[in-house]
Amino acid sequence: MQPFENVDIGGPAQPLLRVSKLVKHFHTGARKGKDVVQAVDGVSFDVIKGETLGVVGESGCGKSTTARLLMQLLTQDSGELVFDGQEVGSSRLPMKEYRRQVQMVFQDSYASLNPRMTMEESIAFGQRVHGISQKEARDYARYLLAHVGLEPGRFAHRYPHALSGGQRQRVNIARALAMKPRLVILDEAVSALDKSVEAQVLQLLLELKRTLNLTYVFISHDLHVVRWLSDRILVMYLGEVVEIGPAEALFTDAQHPYTKALLSSMPSMDPDNRTLSSPLSGDPPSPIAPPSGCRFHTRCPHAKAACAQIKPQLKTVGQGHQSACLMAQGDPAWHQTRMEVSHVA
Amino acid sequence: MVDTVTPKMMTATATQPAVEGYWRGVFARLLRDPTGMLVGSIILLLLALALFGPWLIVKDPYQTSMFLRLKPIGTDGFLLGSDELGRDMLSRLILGTRLSLFMGIVPVVFAFFIGGAIGIIAGYAGGKTNTLIMRTIDIFYAFPSVLLAIALSGAMGAGVGNALLSLTLVFVPQVARIAESVTAQVRHMDYIDAARATGASAFTIIRVQVLGNVLGPIFVFSTGLISVCMILASGLSFLGLGVRPPEPEWGLMLNTLRTAIYTQPWVAALPGMMIFITSISFNILADRLRAAMAIKE
Amino acid sequence: MLTTLMYRILLAVPTMLGVAVICFLLVQIAPGDPLVSVMPPDASEALRHTLMQAYGFDKPLPVQFMHWLWRALQGDLGMSVATGRPVISEVMTAVTYSLRLALLATLIGFVLGSLFGFVAGYFRNSIIDRIASVLSVFGVSVPHYWLGMLLVIVFCVKLSVLPATGGGPIGGDGWQWSWEYLQFMVLPAFTLSVIPTGIIARTVRSQVAEILSQEFIVGLRARGLNESRIFLHVVKNAAPTALAVMGLQVGYLMGGSILVETVFSWPGTGLLLNTAIFQRDLPLLQGTIWVLALFFVLLNLLVDVLQTALDPRIKRS
Repeated sequence: MQPFENVDIGGPAQPLLRVSKLVKHFHTGARKGKDVVQAVDGVSFDVIKGETLGVVGESGCGKSTTARLLMQLLTQDSGELVFDGQEVGSSRLPMKEYRRQVQMVFQDSYASLNPRMTMEESIAFGQRVHGISQKEARDYARYLLAHVGLEPGRFAHRYPHALSGGQRQRVNIARALAMKPRLVILDEAVSALDKSVEAQVLQLLLELKRTLNLTYVFISHDLHVVRWLSDRILVMYLGEVVEIGPAEALFTDAQHPYTKALLSSMPSMDPDNRTLSSPLSGDPPSPIAPPSGCRFHTRCPHAKAACAQIKPQLKTVGQGHQSACLMAQGDPAWHQTRMEVSHVA
Repeated sequence: MVDTVTPKMMTATATQPAVEGYWRGVFARLLRDPTGMLVGSIILLLLALALFGPWLIVKDPYQTSMFLRLKPIGTDGFLLGSDELGRDMLSRLILGTRLSLFMGIVPVVFAFFIGGAIGIIAGYAGGKTNTLIMRTIDIFYAFPSVLLAIALSGAMGAGVGNALLSLTLVFVPQVARIAESVTAQVRHMDYIDAARATGASAFTIIRVQVLGNVLGPIFVFSTGLISVCMILASGLSFLGLGVRPPEPEWGLMLNTLRTAIYTQPWVAALPGMMIFITSISFNILADRLRAAMAIKE
Repeated sequence: MLTTLMYRILLAVPTMLGVAVICFLLVQIAPGDPLVSVMPPDASEALRHTLMQAYGFDKPLPVQFMHWLWRALQGDLGMSVATGRPVISEVMTAVTYSLRLALLATLIGFVLGSLFGFVAGYFRNSIIDRIASVLSVFGVSVPHYWLGMLLVIVFCVKLSVLPATGGGPIGGDGWQWSWEYLQFMVLPAFTLSVIPTGIIARTVRSQVAEILSQEFIVGLRARGLNESRIFLHVVKNAAPTALAVMGLQVGYLMGGSILVETVFSWPGTGLLLNTAIFQRDLPLLQGTIWVLALFFVLLNLLVDVLQTALDPRIKRS
């Protein structure tokens, strides 16, 4: 029914999306050069075809900004995106075509839908932009509604305020799928839903991924969900990637103190194994004036003098597992230093 | 000169949720509103007078007579008296509805489209474009409306066309400001990001996604401007800067009858009464419209 | 905070420049030959040419603008074509008259408007509120020039208690603060006050209603604070906005008084504008508008600065 063709150009070995050294700074306050929020500062990673890549981190770590950069809703200050071997925005992959192949589901299910458009119209919009006729677009919209578990007869002509949060999020998912994307970015897509509804939507996401051969980037602060859903996980801190690796490996053998701290702060499901105090002290430093060297060193229990001086790069520390920590990398600069750096409590 | 609606009130409606047949709902609520219906009927009556005026009058509104000057209300043959040139007041008032309403509504209509377009573009574009456009608009804001209208009309000279032009220029900045404010609010909503994420052009997004959400508040604001425009337009004619004699127009009639207040005061006051009724009706209608749209804080 | 103030003041400069451009362009859009008013109709080409050069009309527009602006900033607004006197002196005399009128009208408007608004806000949704609302709607819908005429009919024609037109008794010299002169100001001021009354009433009403509906008022009452103290509190909080609006109204009335001044032949800037228009006295027209617009901008700036300085909570976009 749909003319959108998805061609696998590079085969399974080629990453679906290669993100290289993305930088995005925001200027706030009086424009004097001070008060620059370094929201995303040199982020690089790959998204493998067919995987679910979970992205975790505290508020302000740059997850959402990264998502918007991936979608090109924001333009990066520097850095590039390569989608299936083709540079995004080049003549081989114009922006409009890239946008067709990469879609996003937002957190606020209500704000993501135009209050003056019916569900059908909202879903059909993207297709119309890409030249599909009104009738075909609407037919497909109704098909998608059914596919996400909403009966078209009942829901196609409704307005957003008449639907529940879970139903709206299903519509958002249907809309994201309308142009047959290959990559779907889910930015806290289930965070605002009630737990029971969340479970249903997650099941739906899994099902869709299987049947439609999708790749997901799943951003969330809920570590349980991320663990359950993701193949690999990427951890961000203050605008940088600190660790990336297979989900289970990360959870059982985290290779970065921040990841360890995040994981141990998860509320435990096991009453015999309760989470006691939070290992992370204080608030994260402001992204306007990030700490020198390793940005985590001010809160890290293992920090040494070297950590304030040297900026760690992402290096392989295991099978498909990378970490940006001098200690995890076995860096001699860390090992040789005797003195412990006192950190801000 | 007077802003009947402040921008603050209008921004609260920017993300008005839609109901099935939203405008139908508004209209239904208006129908149930007694004050709204009253002023609505008055306005319809005035519009009818404007449209069918020429066929309704019995005496010639241009026919002068030196003997029959300034006859009081209720004179035989002159139901509402006669003016300073002996012309029948009733027929002149009825015929005057055309020009007065025209001058009061048309500039607002122009301002709605022009100011709306400017404001929406500025609001959507953001950044430097926005700053440039809005700072230019601000310069016009530096003039009180009356002064600007008179300055422009005064420079260009009398005449309906010039008056329309200067009045439009007075109201465009006001509409533009509202339009920009409302559009800027909508612009930051996630659904606009979702629309941008489909690869749609800015024009398409504005047309399909933005307009439906911003036209309502802009429209309501504009209807509130009509009463001000009526007073201003008649004011221009009162000063001799708008409609030229012998055309009947309420403001102009007030002007020519000014000296008659010493001899036939109530006849002289009649045209102003018409302006007042029209202006207050539009004002109240705009008010009821806002209420029917259920403005919530 | 000083930086915010400086920033505000600095922002006003491009606005004033823009205003200057518009004032300058006004004359340009006027139809006809600008020299017509200073030249005899049968002047020769040579004379015309000389005059063109003398007035600088042969130079490109931006240059003419700079010359005009430079002179204007020094107070030289040219000569009135009709009277031959310097525009600046004509305008300044008129400004004092208009200022008196505007101030009095605003004062009346402030008093009446605050009264209505306060009462309406305090007794929200009661019959008093409805009446006050109706009155303020009247205020903004009434064509004030018509109202002026009505007042003249009642007080001058029918009752003969007040003079109908003029800025003072005939043969008088300048202004004096005596009833002989003040009586001329009563009707125009009241007529003009209709507008600020409506606006201030509306503002005060919404302010008072908002303050009273705040939860901490309930808290104050619950703690037994008596009504008069609450009243004072409301006044204290509503005052800044009301005063700001009042300040702005003075500017509006200065700029918009032409209609009322025409009705009453009050010798202010409005009447001057009227005269200038009908005598096609472009220098006078331009000069008057420039002064009025400048006044308005500076007044707005003053109100803005005072507000920012006095009320730390105000967030200005």
